[in-house]
Amino acid sequence: MRPLPVGEHGLLIELDSAEEVEALHAELLRRAADGALPPLREIVPAARTVLLDGLADPRGLLAELAAWDIPPLTAGDRPAVEIPVRYDGPDLADVAALWDCTADEVVRRHSATEFRVAFCGFAPGFGYLTGLPEPLHVPRRDTPRTKVPVGSVALAGPYTGVYPRSSPGGWQLIGTTDTVLWDPRREPAALLAPGTRVRFVPQETA
Amino acid sequence: MTDRAFSVVRAGALTTVQDLGRPGHAHLGVPRAGALDEPAHRLANRLVGNPESAAALETTLTGCALRVRTATTVAVTGAPCPVTVDGRPAPWGAPVRVPAGAVLDVGPATHGLRSHLAFAGGIDTERVLGSRAADLLSGLGPDPLTEGAVLALGAPYGPAAGADAVPHPGPVTELVLPFLPGPRDAWFTAAGLHTLTTGRFRVSPASNRIGLRTVGPPLERARSGELPSEGMPLGALQVPPDGLPVLFLHDHPTTGGYPVVGVVPERYLAPAAQAAPGTPVRFLRMR
Repeated sequence: MRPLPVGEHGLLIELDSAEEVEALHAELLRRAADGALPPLREIVPAARTVLLDGLADPRGLLAELAAWDIPPLTAGDRPAVEIPVRYDGPDLADVAALWDCTADEVVRRHSATEFRVAFCGFAPGFGYLTGLPEPLHVPRRDTPRTKVPVGSVALAGPYTGVYPRSSPGGWQLIGTTDTVLWDPRREPAALLAPGTRVRFVPQETA
Repeated sequence: MTDRAFSVVRAGALTTVQDLGRPGHAHLGVPRAGALDEPAHRLANRLVGNPESAAALETTLTGCALRVRTATTVAVTGAPCPVTVDGRPAPWGAPVRVPAGAVLDVGPATHGLRSHLAFAGGIDTERVLGSRAADLLSGLGPDPLTEGAVLALGAPYGPAAGADAVPHPGPVTELVLPFLPGPRDAWFTAAGLHTLTTGRFRVSPASNRIGLRTVGPPLERARSGELPSEGMPLGALQVPPDGLPVLFLHDHPTTGGYPVVGVVPERYLAPAAQAAPGTPVRFLRMR
């Protein structure tokens, strides 16, 4: 665990793996729920770091943090969020080629994977989902699309993501969902918050 | 639609509804948003008897003009500018009574960039995640003003608390940005860090509510490539591959993969909201 300074009121905790990030993030949320954390504005997990911002005394928390016994991640008691997907994306064949398998096998492997929302970013409600093993990591497309449709299920690097709205994007599109990822009038607004477990359920393509 | 409302006669270059933003949602990818010149926003609200958190307008360079449907008290702060009511001069930085049907014109900034215009009762648009602020990165909150648009006002809170000190800001002749190094200062060479504190930088015309961009000498990197995405705080000095620091303002992305060489504490950010393109920028290392 390497702490890095962030201005007057922040800390960036750097860790060695995504699993350690998730474990620390889960512990921070547990302590926040128990009222055992000093007041702060933001807890932002990311690929290898957790950003804490809005702390009155970052050094004080840092000293405490070093003594924490952080339990390893468990599956948690909440069931995985299920997202129905039509695996009909324009890049499905390219992903099959990268995975050296058939398109049907891409669907089988992707929908058999249990994902976890490692962190959010890029747009409100856009989660970076980990779970695919390293041999199935794929590069971004050479030329990003100017418009990726809302609900596109896509791959890039170690991540799977679902576009919460139409936007430019360079990820490999393998499918589409009608599930609403982001609705500010809903509580919670984001279906996929950091730590949420996710499964994709294949639907017949129309 | 209620009578407590105004219609937009002249939208100006970019006029948005702002309050104190929606902090606490960065982990969902939601920027903070909110008034860029926060002290000016708070002051304008106090002058008309509002809580400092009420929603007001933030103009950009050219001001805006509005027709109010009922008599309303308003106040303009931030960038100094001529203020008129039906063509007659009215004070800047003080409560102004605007009669029903009159046109309030907030003129072009005489210096600075953004004027903040508060109405007694505040602007009553729909809240999104607890805030009425327009977030131009992710599109949350109300759209920027367009001509003919009608925005509702809330019921006045009561008389203003009384006299308030209204500083009349001078032009920002040099934007001084004190910063604390880190979290990724180690990604830059000693020469690169020296460039940051001694180089002649200016505010780039490509600046906006997301970030204040700079033009100047590029910072030399000690390592190439990108970081795995990490959380980005307000006030971050992020350095993209062109080597020119970008100061993250209220609509900044919540995560990013370019190294942050230092962070400007929030209390020093208001002048950045008023620094026009071309203004010299000096980065001052705090320790």
